[in-house]
Amino acid sequence: MSSDALREEIAERRGAGRKRTLLLGIGLPLLLAIGLGWVLWKEQPWQQLAPATAAAGGGSGIIARGEYLARAGDCIACHTARGGRENAGGLPMPTPFGALYTPNITPDDETGIGRWTADEFYRMMHTGIGKDGKLLYPAMPFQAYTKVTREDSDAIYAYFMSLPPVRQPNRPHELRFPYNNRELLVGWRALFFKQGEYQPDPAQGAEWNRGAYLVDGLTHCAMCHSAINMLGGSSESQAFAGGLIPNQYWYAPSLTSNREAGLGEWSIQEIVDILGKGTSARGSVYGPMAEVTFHSLQYLTEEDLRAMAVYLKGLPPRGERRPESKAQLVAPAVMELGRRVYVAQCAMCHGDQGEGRSPGFPPLANNQSIEMESPVNAVRMVLNGGYAPATRGNPRPYGMPPFAHILNDEEVAAVTTYIRVAWGNGGLPVSPAQANELRAVRIE
Amino acid sequence: MAGMTGRASLLRGLLLAAVLGTGSAGWTQQAQRPGGENAVPRVERVDSIEARVQGCATCHGWQGQGTADPYFPRIAGKPAGYLFNQLRAFHDGARRYAPMNYLLAYMTDDYLREMADWFAAQRPAYQAPTPPTVAPELLQRGRTLVQAGDPGRQLPACMACHGRNLTGMEPGIPGLVGLRPNYINAQLTRWRSGERRASAPDCMHRIAIRLEDPDIVAVAAWLGSLPAPSSQEPERRNTGRMPMACGSQP
Repeated sequence: MSSDALREEIAERRGAGRKRTLLLGIGLPLLLAIGLGWVLWKEQPWQQLAPATAAAGGGSGIIARGEYLARAGDCIACHTARGGRENAGGLPMPTPFGALYTPNITPDDETGIGRWTADEFYRMMHTGIGKDGKLLYPAMPFQAYTKVTREDSDAIYAYFMSLPPVRQPNRPHELRFPYNNRELLVGWRALFFKQGEYQPDPAQGAEWNRGAYLVDGLTHCAMCHSAINMLGGSSESQAFAGGLIPNQYWYAPSLTSNREAGLGEWSIQEIVDILGKGTSARGSVYGPMAEVTFHSLQYLTEEDLRAMAVYLKGLPPRGERRPESKAQLVAPAVMELGRRVYVAQCAMCHGDQGEGRSPGFPPLANNQSIEMESPVNAVRMVLNGGYAPATRGNPRPYGMPPFAHILNDEEVAAVTTYIRVAWGNGGLPVSPAQANELRAVRIE
Repeated sequence: MAGMTGRASLLRGLLLAAVLGTGSAGWTQQAQRPGGENAVPRVERVDSIEARVQGCATCHGWQGQGTADPYFPRIAGKPAGYLFNQLRAFHDGARRYAPMNYLLAYMTDDYLREMADWFAAQRPAYQAPTPPTVAPELLQRGRTLVQAGDPGRQLPACMACHGRNLTGMEPGIPGLVGLRPNYINAQLTRWRSGERRASAPDCMHRIAIRLEDPDIVAVAAWLGSLPAPSSQEPERRNTGRMPMACGSQP
């Protein structure tokens, strides 16, 4: 490069840098101002929040109810580090924007929520604003918890206040610039947060409404089962449409499509089973959903699970057809390799025709979780295996062994392809490159 | 002197490779290495504990006897208390190995105890011993440490706690016979660094910090080369014979 050309390029870069500074200097405050206006208009913070109820005072029945509701909200899963004290926080939550560390929610005065009032707790649940007035990062599912009633929030508060305090200082978040700037959350909230308690749908029965209250509120299903966009948000139109869980590399299937985990074809009992026990005649839960079942859903009453099932079953549109088998897309040699691996490694448990063996080994034929457009979960199960969670309803779960050390990428891809297209299954083929990519994923 | 240093650093390199190669960053792609017949799950009766633990088969063998893979340990016949402690530690993250931490994340103590009891009761045949690849004098050093220890360095003999047959001691001390050098190498290194821990007093950590790299390679090579013992039974609990108090052996 000649020195002139070099000088020119340097000047150009400086210009670009200036432009960038200019953009940040004017653009960012402008965006913030627009965001703030939008939020004020939408959230109307001058409005009074619902007043405290008798539940905030505690009392044995109320504390037990609060514990039940806290279970439904699965607070413990995120607010407990592995091997750490319950609810004392410290769990790292890797996000595309850096790591967040969950806070201590035991009632310790210095390091926990010991000095919070019931009003402050409700404001946090309802508006996503902490005791100190700071905006919470949406890793805390306040988009869902905003639907929780004041009375339920007060019961949860009473329960947490009844726990033994644990002195454990919070670890600061490790977010990259600009995400470490909480003011940016104003914009995020404008786009993705809609404040308001659940409003029952008078056209539906009490059971459906109870299910909607739980699914859309405390159990915050949409947190994973809606696609997360580049800004870490999900839009209402995409609710329950499924998506890859960032940084965990598990695919949370669509609950609105019968082609995925849509429950339109499931019986109510099957839905109750998979939610409450972690296993059903149609398959079991693994990965992040195993965690949800283990820490949260197994503790819900039969009535609440049934209510959730009724609501969830109503989500997918009726009459959606299962996809046709794509077996003709697969090269015969790949199909044959997949079949050979299947016979040698899989058939003794899942059956020659993928029919499964009750009660422990789920069917692979006509199993939506294998046919889904994203092959991530099926490939991960082949690579890493998995145990369904040990729950009160299924205390001795079966497990699938890992095959990462037995099968190479071609074999993993071929056998996953085979089960996705054999026996009339409507999945798409998987490439060795996809298998290789998931092999490198850190498993936790 | 220079020769000694060179050999020591080579050993260190080998040890490091053993540790890194079995690190917890997830699975690494390897040349095809089928685990052999033992690695294939077997299911007679579906509603049984045997069928429920086939999730362990591809690494530990369908009966816990180990597989052709030289890293994953035999677990059959190890005392139930030891196996339960390990399952528990993998469950809550106190022992780090990502594939195991993942598999056991959502388990109860009752179920882990049932799994431990089942593997502890199995008596499958041992795998063939691993022919030693270290120099004869190093192998001899391994033999001495296993059988007599090194009193000058306050190193007790492995046999003092792990049993005269090295088949372990009830309830908390594992058998060492039937393990491969790769596994023993990696574990002793982790005991020494403190990454692997036991309840206080953590005697295995105290012993391991007195081991030099060549000691570890020597002990691993000797233990791996042992033929199957006449009896698979662990010794009965006998804390009086043990040279030090161990938290995992109440």
